[in-house]
Amino acid sequence: MSILIIAEHSDSTARPSTLNAITAATKLGSDISVLVIGKDVSAVADSLSKCAGVAKVVVADKAEFEHQLPENTASFIASFAKSFTHIIAPATAFGKNLLPRVAALLDSQMISDVIEIISADTFKRPVYAGNAIATFQSSDALKLLTIRTTAFDPASTTGGSAAIENADVSSVTAFGKSKFVSAELTKSARPELTAAKVVVSGGRAVGSKENFAIIEKLADKLGAAVGASRAAVDAGYAPNDYQVGQTGKIVAPSLYIAVGISGAIQHLAGMKDSKVIVAINKDPDAPIFQVADYGLVADLFEVLPQLTEKL
Amino acid sequence: MKILVPVKRVVDYNVKIRIKADQSGVELTNVKMSMNPFDEIAIEEAVRLKEKNIATEVIVVTIGPAIAQDVLRTAMAIGADRGILVTTPLATDLGGLEPLAVAKLLQKLVAKEQPDLVIMGKQSIDDDSNQTGQMLAALLDWPQAAFASKVEKVGDALHVTREIDGGLETVEVATPAIVTTDLRLNTPRYASLPNIMKAKQKPLETIDSATLGVDTTPRLKMTALTDPPKRSGGIKVASVDELIAKLKTEAKVI
Ligand SMILES: Cc1cc2nc3c(=O)[nH]c(=O)nc-3n(C[C@H](O)[C@H](O)[C@H](O)COP(=O)(O)OP(=O)(O)OC[C@H]3O[C@@H](n4cnc5c(N)ncnc54)[C@H](O)[C@@H]3O)c2cc1C
Ligand SMILES: Nc1ncnc2c1ncn2[C@@H]1O[C@H](COP(=O)(O)O)[C@@H](O)[C@H]1O
Repeated sequence: MSILIIAEHSDSTARPSTLNAITAATKLGSDISVLVIGKDVSAVADSLSKCAGVAKVVVADKAEFEHQLPENTASFIASFAKSFTHIIAPATAFGKNLLPRVAALLDSQMISDVIEIISADTFKRPVYAGNAIATFQSSDALKLLTIRTTAFDPASTTGGSAAIENADVSSVTAFGKSKFVSAELTKSARPELTAAKVVVSGGRAVGSKENFAIIEKLADKLGAAVGASRAAVDAGYAPNDYQVGQTGKIVAPSLYIAVGISGAIQHLAGMKDSKVIVAINKDPDAPIFQVADYGLVADLFEVLPQLTEKL
Repeated sequence: MKILVPVKRVVDYNVKIRIKADQSGVELTNVKMSMNPFDEIAIEEAVRLKEKNIATEVIVVTIGPAIAQDVLRTAMAIGADRGILVTTPLATDLGGLEPLAVAKLLQKLVAKEQPDLVIMGKQSIDDDSNQTGQMLAALLDWPQAAFASKVEKVGDALHVTREIDGGLETVEVATPAIVTTDLRLNTPRYASLPNIMKAKQKPLETIDSATLGVDTTPRLKMTALTDPPKRSGGIKVASVDELIAKLKTEAKVI
């Protein structure tokens, strides 16, 4: 078994999702290399070399890899990866964008959103919005997986001392038909949604962007991240990257508080693995109560300020 | 500009699925099937580009059983000009026709139709793969703009705003290109009755996938399909005070 992880990073730091991918890799074996691809990424390589479980860090640093456009990185990864048995990336927007492109270049049928590694060729993944769990056995020689970050604990960022190597990127050229234009990142001092211990999410019932402050206040009191249902995002109450669900982010915090969210299957798909779920909804029959450990049937505008105040 | 839109027929998003007793798949008999919601968004976007005179023709394609032509008719009622049904004996969900095979079949259709743009869904809501568009882009050596929430023509290129984990990112792609749709790209229209009638007259070509020279043998074998772990329903609390007490002393999460 020889495993390659594609690190997700922001040029200066590795994203927590990379640590989840490292843990997933340890379920397959100990020959674990991490590929850090980008421009000016040495700090990322340094930090990952200290992570427990990592045997080697390979750096592919080149101007053409700036912004990590998949058109530029995928072909390099595909040519680099041929000697490995498994390639793993987190099932985040980054991994989902990149890994299928790599897989097609390698003629391998990748497996998305793996939640359990059963053996070197057999994996479990949720399908149909998490309403069924499928076990797949792969016959491809080189297996590509994106892993669901909430299913694997983050690897320790200390205790390792992996060698750092530079990959030969001399023959890399830019694809040329795609270009980064701009990024508009949501600014927030709150913890990252997918890694937070506590998440407070608001739904359609919150009613407006201004009202969403009531969710944010509770979140800040709890040191929590803020999430939203699709309906709240579509209506413009919250930014798109707050969406929790089948087609948004998957979260599994210790505490998830759903406020004014009905509990459609697409929303449940993104949060039902949370340890403790609290639902606040004025409809006693809302489906969210079927998964909630503690339900409070009440008007959110009455009880949320009280809750924030009393905590 | 000619646009190709691949659409998939899937179990309707409102249906609560049931797993077959022998774990071989999801029960599909007498279950409501619809166009994959992300693909409806793709069709809508293509039709809007045609209405803005940016696109000249919108071709919709589905790969599936003969009955999948119903989603082609739906797409033509929304405004696609013609449809292509690629028939396959394989199931189009779990353990059947896989994203790589779909991408290879679509690659053949792209060679035949020579579109300038392929707009497709980011994810099919049955097997939730989120792979086909990116794979097709790789096979064609085209640029990809996945998870689009805005598409604009700027000169000869497209500026596509993408939904990413931290917010939004805009990329410029030269055509031909692949765009995959996210939820915020548009709200698909309802097809009007006259347009549903008109769609019945639009050309629909059928191609047997076996004639396209693609090996669609599945690489993955589904060995089990089970229910997810059930959450046992909890309790209702009567007040904010009781909630706080429970979270502190019983659940110990705050
Ligand atoms: C392809 C597809 C993908 C999707 N992906 C996702 C996804 O990733 N994430 C997601 O969340 N959804 C997703 N959805 C949408 C999903 O089906 C639901 O439409 C959505 O989750 C509903 O959001 P909501 O619960 O906020 O709104 P609603 O269903 O309208 O629920 C609002 C709730 O608020 C309660 N309420 C009203 N007033 C008050 C008050 N004053 N105080 C307390 N409670 C109140 C109501 O009783 C109701 O239960 C997807 C849908 C499709 C088709
Ligand atoms: N059988 C199919 N026929 C036509 N298009 C498909 C098919 N399967 C997948 N697609 C397209 O690929 C997208 C992504 O699907 P997936 O990779 O399966 O999540 C879908 O939204 C469709 O646009």
